[in-house]
Amino acid sequence: MTASNLARALRAIVGDDGVLDGDEALLVYECDGYVLERGTPELVVLPRTPEEAARVVRLLAARQIAFVPRGAGTGLSGGTLPLDAPVMIGLSRLKAIETIDVRNRRVQVQAGVVNLNVSRAVKDDGLLYAPDPSSQAACTIGGNIAENSGGPHTLKYGVTVNHVLGVEIVLASGKVVQLGGATEDLPGYDLVGAAVGSEGTFGLITRATLRLVRAPQAFRTLLAVFARVDDASAAVSAIIAAGLVPAALEMMDTLILQAVEQAFGAGLPLDAGAVLLIELDGPEAGLDDEAALVETLCRRCASREVRRAASEAERALLWKCRKRAFGAVGRLARNYCTQDGVVPRTQLPEILRRITRTAERHRLRIGNVFHAGDGNIHPIILFDERDNDEVQRVLAAGREILEACVALGGSLSGEHGIGVEKIAQMPLLFAPDDLDAMLRLRRVFDPDQRANPHKVLPDSKSCIETRTPRRQAAM
Amino acid sequence: MNSPLDDTQLGSCVHCGLCLDACPTYLETGNEAASPRGRIHLMRALADRRLSAYAPVRNHLDSCLGCRACEAACPSGVPYGALIEATRPLLEAARPAPARFTRRTLGRLLSSRTPRELGWAVVGRAAGRGFVDRLARRTGSLALARLAALDPGPRPRLPDVFEPPGEVRGSAILLTGCVSDTAFRATTRYAGRLLALGGIRVTVPNHQGCCGALALHLGDDRAAEHHLAALLSATAGPHADWIVPMAAGCSAHLRHAGRHLPDNASAESFARRVIDPLALLAQLSLPAPRHSVVARVAVHDPCHLVHAQGVAAEVRRLLSTIPGVTLVPLSESEVCCGSAGTYNLTEGALARRLLARKLSHVAASGATIIAAPNPGCLLQIRSGAIRDDLPVEVVHPLELLGRAHGI
Repeated sequence: MTASNLARALRAIVGDDGVLDGDEALLVYECDGYVLERGTPELVVLPRTPEEAARVVRLLAARQIAFVPRGAGTGLSGGTLPLDAPVMIGLSRLKAIETIDVRNRRVQVQAGVVNLNVSRAVKDDGLLYAPDPSSQAACTIGGNIAENSGGPHTLKYGVTVNHVLGVEIVLASGKVVQLGGATEDLPGYDLVGAAVGSEGTFGLITRATLRLVRAPQAFRTLLAVFARVDDASAAVSAIIAAGLVPAALEMMDTLILQAVEQAFGAGLPLDAGAVLLIELDGPEAGLDDEAALVETLCRRCASREVRRAASEAERALLWKCRKRAFGAVGRLARNYCTQDGVVPRTQLPEILRRITRTAERHRLRIGNVFHAGDGNIHPIILFDERDNDEVQRVLAAGREILEACVALGGSLSGEHGIGVEKIAQMPLLFAPDDLDAMLRLRRVFDPDQRANPHKVLPDSKSCIETRTPRRQAAM
Repeated sequence: MNSPLDDTQLGSCVHCGLCLDACPTYLETGNEAASPRGRIHLMRALADRRLSAYAPVRNHLDSCLGCRACEAACPSGVPYGALIEATRPLLEAARPAPARFTRRTLGRLLSSRTPRELGWAVVGRAAGRGFVDRLARRTGSLALARLAALDPGPRPRLPDVFEPPGEVRGSAILLTGCVSDTAFRATTRYAGRLLALGGIRVTVPNHQGCCGALALHLGDDRAAEHHLAALLSATAGPHADWIVPMAAGCSAHLRHAGRHLPDNASAESFARRVIDPLALLAQLSLPAPRHSVVARVAVHDPCHLVHAQGVAAEVRRLLSTIPGVTLVPLSESEVCCGSAGTYNLTEGALARRLLARKLSHVAASGATIIAAPNPGCLLQIRSGAIRDDLPVEVVHPLELLGRAHGI
């Protein structure tokens, strides 16, 4: 079947403007938030409903054509890079919030609904969708489920998998399956748990039932300023050891402070070695005591200053700084690459020292902004894509940092997923038997591996050395 | 003018995608090429000569409203407005001659006084009349609804100066604009009177002409330069503390006069004094309004006011001083209504979709009055409300304030 035949057949399903095949239309889909590797699909399909999406997949199944799903393209591990997948299925038009069940605190949404819009829709009912990735103003629920996204507030509330009750997946065969559902704690195997974080390799997620939580009655948001990263790390441990469970416990280092201060002018201390953004939430009663305890603990760890957000506006500004920190880094360098390793909390000072050494060795600037409370680091490596030598050093530094995370007893990814970026490092974390078991699980859902091929699990084709060596720098 | 497609400006986009959901055309289409990130990708491809400005590329870039909502959402500080402005002349150059001629003519007709007044001599008779209103409703024609949405004649004359009743606390030059001067002159008079009430001596220069924003929006950068230079000389008389354009698109444009005319010595100081009438009113101490306006009022935020100038709270603060006004929220108040300068004429289909989106939020707001602080938005939303027979009045907040102050 020729490409134009396929396009015609797809247009019959999704309408004329739902199939993109012009060079210019495809070009903009060549990468997501991970820009180090690029590749355009042969076609982009934008179905308008979950049913249309299923028909698209059935059509592709009949012709044995592989596909790659894409939400808003904010992913940071290259999960939407087409590798042997001629067709990209974009879910940006599946934007309906289908049912809101306030009393049972759940909501059924289509995959293209933007994360923040879920919380907005239930705000007046005093509810909230807890996972809040920093890109929540743009990223989609489908993408969140594929990557098992986290966010600053997952320290207390858990990541995406803790908030998904059910998913509808169109398998690569075109069959539509429902995993889980509205009922909590279904007996049997937790297939929803397996599907969350599958990065599109089980099929196309088209709908989800999400759990809502009650919006906290009150917040205390503190900013603790430290001269040294080590002291800030010690404060993180002290807070957790004291039995407190902050809603969020985030660290930003000097480089990041410079970027966000330039961007938002929130009056952050530019001479600090690190700051901790600490949020306590819950019933109003007792919060002030907890905040006072956090302040004492920080001061005991040599914090020179602890500020408190005095109003909702001040709180919002602090969170804006944190949540938009990645993008703000664009003010310091033309490009950046974000790592997403995890280490045991006690190893934070050590991994940060190693990152500093890596930066020096490869002559790179690396900033750190991350979820300190759960040991999920986000070193941001600054570079210029036009400098090919620098790009190679970035890739090498990234590998080194992830290897260090694993060596310190941690993991490759906290929330950004494996995608293509970290696939070569999977064997560091998993023995061949583990990988084989995961591969067999994947084949239950997608025997021919036509759903997002060459992702998550390393195979001969996915190894970075054999992929197209990067792509002309120019974007 | 700025050099086309500055590499550093283009490179400041880090592809994070936080702009996507702020973009009205992406919200409507879900197409990456109709998003700010996608358009920057295309501009970069043009700059790198990976693509040429052939028709589909032009279509994606033409479909940009220029609303600059993406700039407000961008953490990386990409000067998107400047980038799209610099790109538009390149698109014009690549456009087939007939289309280029049509666009250029459209720009010239709207920004020149004589054709505008000739046009008004014809349509002005039908403007704001009840029968047009009914006809628009029956036929569902947006064009007729636009006619019905114009202020009915005869238009008031503007004095050369609005003198403050009491102590003079400052001075301002009022820029009456093009379409707003022809179709909404009563609003301009309210602006002058309200500012005078706040102690500002307001002068209205003759022959002030167009500011050039319209031409720039249509990719005619040379006409834009010419207009701006002429405006600077027309306002070069006695010093005024403020320059007050009636349209948000004009003020957003004029605040960058220095960038547009880098060789003009007075452009920078001119640009610094530009302010929207409502933003200026919010800084003045007006007496308490004498009359009440009993209504549930929702504010629509014009793109070039909220995104380009950060003016939003001021409008609500001023309206809340009026006895009887209850402010109610309007969902997506800061998402473009589809008017966007000449966009509603050149990109009709998408403009109508954005209008429908806006009207659905208007209907859901439960407001009895929509306050739209910009002539283009006012015309667009009012036309839609007339066509769809929505039980809502669409007015400029200056008019509400004027009524409340009894001036």
